[in-house]
Amino acid sequence: MTIAQEKIPVAIIGTGNIGTDLLLKIQRSPYLDCKLFVGRNLNSQGMSRAVALGVPISDRSVEAILETPDAFKIVFDATSARDHLRHWPLLKKLGLKVIDMTPSHIGKMCIPAVNMAECLNAQNVNMVTCGGQASAPIAYVIGKTQKDVEYIEVVSSIASRSAGPATRINLDEYIGTTESAVQEFSGAKSTKAILNLNPAMPCINMQTTVFAKVVNPDMDALKVGIEAMVERIKRYVPGYSLIVGPIIENGRVVIMVKTLGLGDYLPKYAGNLDIINCAAIAMAEAFAGRKISFEEGSDA
Amino acid sequence: MPNILVSDPTLRDGNHAVAHQLTLESIETYAAAADAAHVPIVEVGHGNGLGASSMQVGQSLVPDREMLIAAREKLTQSKLGIHVIPGFATIEKDLRPAIDIGVDVVRVACHCSEADITQRHIAYVRERGKQVFGVLMMSHMLEPTRLAEEALKMETYGAEAIILMDSAGALLPPDVSSRVSALVETLHISVGFHAHNNLGMAIANSLAALESGATIIDGTARGFGAGAGNAQLEVLIAVMHRVGYETGIDLYKMLDAADLAERAIIPVIPTIKSTSIVSGLAGVFSGFAKHVDRVSSKFHVDPRDVFFELGRRGIVAGQEDLIIEVAQALSAGELRIEAEKVEA
Repeated sequence: MTIAQEKIPVAIIGTGNIGTDLLLKIQRSPYLDCKLFVGRNLNSQGMSRAVALGVPISDRSVEAILETPDAFKIVFDATSARDHLRHWPLLKKLGLKVIDMTPSHIGKMCIPAVNMAECLNAQNVNMVTCGGQASAPIAYVIGKTQKDVEYIEVVSSIASRSAGPATRINLDEYIGTTESAVQEFSGAKSTKAILNLNPAMPCINMQTTVFAKVVNPDMDALKVGIEAMVERIKRYVPGYSLIVGPIIENGRVVIMVKTLGLGDYLPKYAGNLDIINCAAIAMAEAFAGRKISFEEGSDA
Repeated sequence: MPNILVSDPTLRDGNHAVAHQLTLESIETYAAAADAAHVPIVEVGHGNGLGASSMQVGQSLVPDREMLIAAREKLTQSKLGIHVIPGFATIEKDLRPAIDIGVDVVRVACHCSEADITQRHIAYVRERGKQVFGVLMMSHMLEPTRLAEEALKMETYGAEAIILMDSAGALLPPDVSSRVSALVETLHISVGFHAHNNLGMAIANSLAALESGATIIDGTARGFGAGAGNAQLEVLIAVMHRVGYETGIDLYKMLDAADLAERAIIPVIPTIKSTSIVSGLAGVFSGFAKHVDRVSSKFHVDPRDVFFELGRRGIVAGQEDLIIEVAQALSAGELRIEAEKVEA
């Protein structure tokens, strides 16, 4: 049992797919309260959703936040890597916690199932990329359970409909940031990331394959580790599941996971939107003192 | 009759046929022969292009950099071309160093409905002052008017020509004509066509493209390329010359180059295998052939069923990992492929 407490006030910059989906998820959070939703275009779909929910909006982006800095504890930046470079120094001065949804790679890289506790002291946490949230925890398990990891490669396929203009223009940043995260969390000597957009109708679900080149792989330890990690991720991304492996095929260790979304702003196929946003909400709730418990059967 | 610009991806598409194991020696040998035959553009690299060496599609024997340096040294008249897919290749890691080595023509490619992912790569090549073409892959998956819309986006990004690829060898001549015509009517830049031979249509489709206004055409020596191979270049040139198209290519020397390729670089001349026919019917990327054979045999499933299921799911080039999932599901009895699918 917990004592009823005040919700922590937050703001969101960016009213595209990521920002709007975050807004809808925050409405459900018992610990977070979105006090301001800002962007550049009052006519965007996201703005309309915010108005319908009674959330204050502004078209003056980060400047609107700077006017009443005491009104918020946490700011989500769901703009673009380039914009975040400009926003961060402004928000830093105000002492606000910043959860960066862009692949800017400025703050501490955060994968809640792996390093949530270590991120609590960081002022800026970077949520890596959608593919990074799906693959880096698997890469972490490979690094933990295997002795000699030469190479890890991660491939995500997402529905074309789920990739907005910022995602499409930021493919190179997506690749660079995902590769860095996979490297940092696994310790592999080299890494590679690939992203495919698939236009099939009905839309495909987000799917991610992790390949690894390992000398004498310990498949039993890997299997146990992967299954435990999938359960940890499911604590905050219910639609995450293991669909293939770990197996060895053609000299490669192969693991495939699928991510179904909650269907908040985009339909369920857009697991890519969900996994990064669910991870960000889990981290924001941890900042609010409500750290998710990864222990079996507990419910925080 | 118009002049036709011939682009020869023997040393790129051919890499699919040898699981990306082309040697430096092969590259040097064929590049010199193609140069002597006055082939205008010689494309070199991993089958899926720059930065694509990976476990997903296959790791190259020779790194991109070494392939390009070797080819550059042998090409005195021919331009050096590369294939680049955003999502695999990045500007900083891959494209910048390739242009520094001396690439002349960059062909920026994407799945046919996703042109907007090519914007930055195309703009970058223009900034560097090199020639840039847009490439729409798997063009059987989109109807002509939508293809033209995507091609137009690439034109606005700065592409100087658009190449339609029949990556699955799924098109028949009337399908090629309608697609090429739609682009020719919509664009202000040149249109090209790249054939695969899964249904035995590579030369006929290339000719249909030319008759519909295409002025750039791809072909490879002995058809060396993914799956059932490409349009066989020496045949294509002979046919074009007979019809009256100018290519600037010396036919005898091209025949010599093809003979040399057969002797020195092509272990198995591409033929239309049963699985290639199925791949063409199912509309699955030709580069999947080797992976589907290998994975199907591991999971004891019929590769034809795998191709039809991949086709049903609308899998695109670059999604080779899905082959394992489909084969596993077939092997576990979770999917039933009905023979009638063949009629679809």
